[in-house]
Amino acid sequence: MATQRKGIEVSIAMADAVAQANVDVIAAYPITPQTHIVEHLSEIVANGELDAEYVPVESEHSAMSVCCGSSAVGARTFTSTSSQGLALMAEIFYIAASMRLPMVMALANRSLSGPLSIWNDHTDTMMVRDAGWIHIFVENGQECYDNVFCGFRISEDPDIMLPLAINLDGFILTHMIEPVIYEDNETIRKYLPDVRMKNALHPDNPVSMGCFAMPEIYTEAQMSREHGVRNSYPTIVKAWQEWGDLTGRYYKPVETYRADDADYCIVTMGSYGETAMEVVDALREEGEKVGVVKIRLWRPFPFDDFRKAVLGKKSLIVIDRAISFGGPGGPVASELRSALYGKPGAPTIVNYVAGLAGRDVSRNDFKNIILEGKAKAEKGETDGFTLYGLRG
Amino acid sequence: MAKPMEKITWQELEAGSVVTEIGNARQYETGSWRSERPVVEAKQCIKCGVCWLFCPDSCIVKAPDGHFEADLTYCKGCGICAKECPVGCITMISEEG
Repeated sequence: MATQRKGIEVSIAMADAVAQANVDVIAAYPITPQTHIVEHLSEIVANGELDAEYVPVESEHSAMSVCCGSSAVGARTFTSTSSQGLALMAEIFYIAASMRLPMVMALANRSLSGPLSIWNDHTDTMMVRDAGWIHIFVENGQECYDNVFCGFRISEDPDIMLPLAINLDGFILTHMIEPVIYEDNETIRKYLPDVRMKNALHPDNPVSMGCFAMPEIYTEAQMSREHGVRNSYPTIVKAWQEWGDLTGRYYKPVETYRADDADYCIVTMGSYGETAMEVVDALREEGEKVGVVKIRLWRPFPFDDFRKAVLGKKSLIVIDRAISFGGPGGPVASELRSALYGKPGAPTIVNYVAGLAGRDVSRNDFKNIILEGKAKAEKGETDGFTLYGLRG
Repeated sequence: MAKPMEKITWQELEAGSVVTEIGNARQYETGSWRSERPVVEAKQCIKCGVCWLFCPDSCIVKAPDGHFEADLTYCKGCGICAKECPVGCITMISEEG
């Protein structure tokens, strides 16, 4: 088993992973900051290095429609988008999940308009939180690369059959040059079987997909979806475990860092986890009993793992990168509060919304958030949320 | 549908609510939606099949003598056949009348 360690832009590594996964159809429309992923894939296909259809569609709505069609015939399908592109896709995004069509999307997280912004936060992905996709958040380039394979494996599992989004922070990850270990194709083939769909469209086995449903059956259809998403959990865990056994890189739905004996934990999703770990190391030097809890699997939400990681802590300082206007706080904090409500030993939650539209959140900012959050928790100021760094 | 829609449990649905039984729309009888029904004056009918062609529900059938009429088990009473008939031999009659 040969591996190769490269210094490479994360978007390019992700595109290379999609090619190594031997994808059949790529349909995408370029949008910042996802562009380099699909640009590189179009080059790979145009150069004849990958036997795949690259469909240069006229909009994201069409991109997702093409993906639904290709997935329905049992083709391995990939797309990528961001922000406004995701918004334009939203109609078909829901349909892909309701029809249980496996595909992998690289969702390069970017703020939604307005004001118009091309930079990173999590407002785009939170818009489609409830669409019925599997959502994974990744932290660095290696995780982007690895989770392409894990993503296809999970999404196409005959027991799962759900579209899957790999959420990677726009610019912070997409445009970063990082060391990434490439696996050889033999390892990938061993890990990722061909698509085997029970009800793929085929003239020999005619089926109808995407049918109309009366009120008498819609509720049952929704429960079937709920069961499908919830029930994907053990398969996801197994897919990550087996990837770890092959490569030595293990992923878990909720990951912790120096959290076992911590009184206070900072909770992050995506690339912020890396900075948080560094800051926690520094704070530990100063005697603060702090740790990090990282939510990697956002849907299905890993309730048991999360509760196991945090019950008994004094307080959680949760960083959101989206606002629910007029609502209870950031979407992550709201869900964590809900997951802990009424549980014995539940920590309180102090919610910060930070890094909107790519505003830099430095190590020093993380330190401020943790220490200020801890002080708020000690004073019982745990309602609502605080917009970190807000002027005025 | 192996069983009526209102009896199917969520566990019995295929993933994605895929329908694997061919032609089972036939079991969904939409005639009860109708407020008007098409009545064909068979003597005037020139057997051109325009009504058959236009019916959005494909519920127009050919009678043994060759003229066309709607299968009222499925006809929703939209009136398109009456509108399109080139000789005007189809009249929409109120179901309540």
